[in-house]
Amino acid sequence: MSIQVDNLLKIYGLQRAVDNLSFEVPKGKITGFLGPNGAGKSTTMKIATGYILPTAGQVIVNGIDVVAHPLEAKRIIGYLPEHNPLYFDMYIKEYLRFVAKSYGFDKAKVNRKVAETIELVGLELEHKKKIGALSKGYRQRVGLGQALIGEPEVLILDEPTSGLDPNQIVEIREVIKQVSQDRTVILSTHIMQEVEALCDKVVVINKGKLVADEALHTFKKRLTRTSGFVLSFESDIDPTPLVNAGFVVEKQSPTSFIVDGSTANLRSGIMAVITENDWPLTSLTQSGGSLEEIFQDLTKGES
Amino acid sequence: MIQIFLKEVNEFLNSLIAYITIGVFLSIMGLLLWVFPETSVLDYGYASMETMFAVAPYVFVFLIPAITMRSIAEERKNGTLELLHTLPFTNLDIVLGKFFAGFFLVVFSLIPTVVYYFSLNQLGNPPGNLDTSGIIGSYIGLFLLGAAFTSIGIFASSISTNQIVAFVLAAFLSFMLYAGFDSISSINVWADWSTYIAQVGMMAHYDSLSRGLIDFVDIVYFVGIVSGMVLLTQMNLGFKR
Repeated sequence: MSIQVDNLLKIYGLQRAVDNLSFEVPKGKITGFLGPNGAGKSTTMKIATGYILPTAGQVIVNGIDVVAHPLEAKRIIGYLPEHNPLYFDMYIKEYLRFVAKSYGFDKAKVNRKVAETIELVGLELEHKKKIGALSKGYRQRVGLGQALIGEPEVLILDEPTSGLDPNQIVEIREVIKQVSQDRTVILSTHIMQEVEALCDKVVVINKGKLVADEALHTFKKRLTRTSGFVLSFESDIDPTPLVNAGFVVEKQSPTSFIVDGSTANLRSGIMAVITENDWPLTSLTQSGGSLEEIFQDLTKGES
Repeated sequence: MIQIFLKEVNEFLNSLIAYITIGVFLSIMGLLLWVFPETSVLDYGYASMETMFAVAPYVFVFLIPAITMRSIAEERKNGTLELLHTLPFTNLDIVLGKFFAGFFLVVFSLIPTVVYYFSLNQLGNPPGNLDTSGIIGSYIGLFLLGAAFTSIGIFASSISTNQIVAFVLAAFLSFMLYAGFDSISSINVWADWSTYIAQVGMMAHYDSLSRGLIDFVDIVYFVGIVSGMVLLTQMNLGFKR
């Protein structure tokens, strides 16, 4: 067991930022840490890195209690903070060297690790620049390099792809996937595609409380509606013919409906009814089937 | 600790901070000692560096907080303090690294003034007619004073994310500790206690070092202030999380 969060509690004033949270992050897998903004994701991750002290409870990383032995824990944890703070006046190599030295590597190893990391995160072309001169995507790579350079056994990444363009997101994901094989990785995000693309396990919290903690394929089974189409029309219509044809119709407005049914060819079946009645269809889109829906179901309660 | 120290020194050297502070300090010292007629040794008639040693603490009261005000405040504001905290550094590593980097800059700004000593040595009549032991003592006092001011500045910087607050607080604390207690002790209500009150301030210890008398007590006093401030800063870093 790689990261073990035990009854973690963090109280800021009157607010329970993390409320008796317990979950486990297994080794060799990527765990997605989900939750709406302000759910306590970053707080939990900061406690796991030893930066914030918990009010109660504990976090055990590879058998090390991060509160009792912070220095030992920090040696095996690589952490990418949420807003990726960096020293803008430093050169990339200078910065990575500084981080590598902090782990106590000798000179040869520092040089080797810096070169390896620059290659791993794809900074070869930029490696002579100052960090302040880099674009956001490249800064994120520097941050990721910082998290990786100490050969950590555990990686804690707080929204590693936020604010990046789609190409950069794919590239960063590739890097994360590549390094995850022999490590424990936990990453927070609120992009569901990311969870689908990367994670083996999902932990969802809301208002500091655990709402789901399971493997991705179990998580996906929570989907209540696996099929169904959203139909929109130009003018009001009476959906009785659809009901008569055996479909389940849910009226959203006079011009839009969610239609579901047990037939195999749902789309062509619906289309047949529409053409038969000559309805002015403007759009037909698939609804449901996405993780967003599960996420919303799990986290919208009492908010 | 050494990594933080090197990072800080690099930061000083890569920005204008180091050059400006050293330049300003040396300009003020040079002007006062050689050019301004009211204070110049050339007009004074005695080969003595007293002017410099009397004025330098007051210049330090402003210059050192200017060097140290950003050290922790800026890192806290930019979030890079989180980075340092999550790398394998202890709080003491961070504070000491920053303290020694600031002190390094103070030492560096004082070293060129040694030239003044050799110039004055030649100007004396006969050459060499100079209170060398007093000057050595004053230098030691000035180094210790610089160390104390640096530690106060780093502490002030750890209190707020606002650099101006850190600067004003550090300048005030430094001034109070240097000259404040001495002035308070001269109020005519303390009777026998006034010597003790003066001893709390730095000026009494600095003056005694300036006489060329390297007293163990004075050194312990300054080292005590530095240790106390470093400890407070380190605790402060631990509390605020």
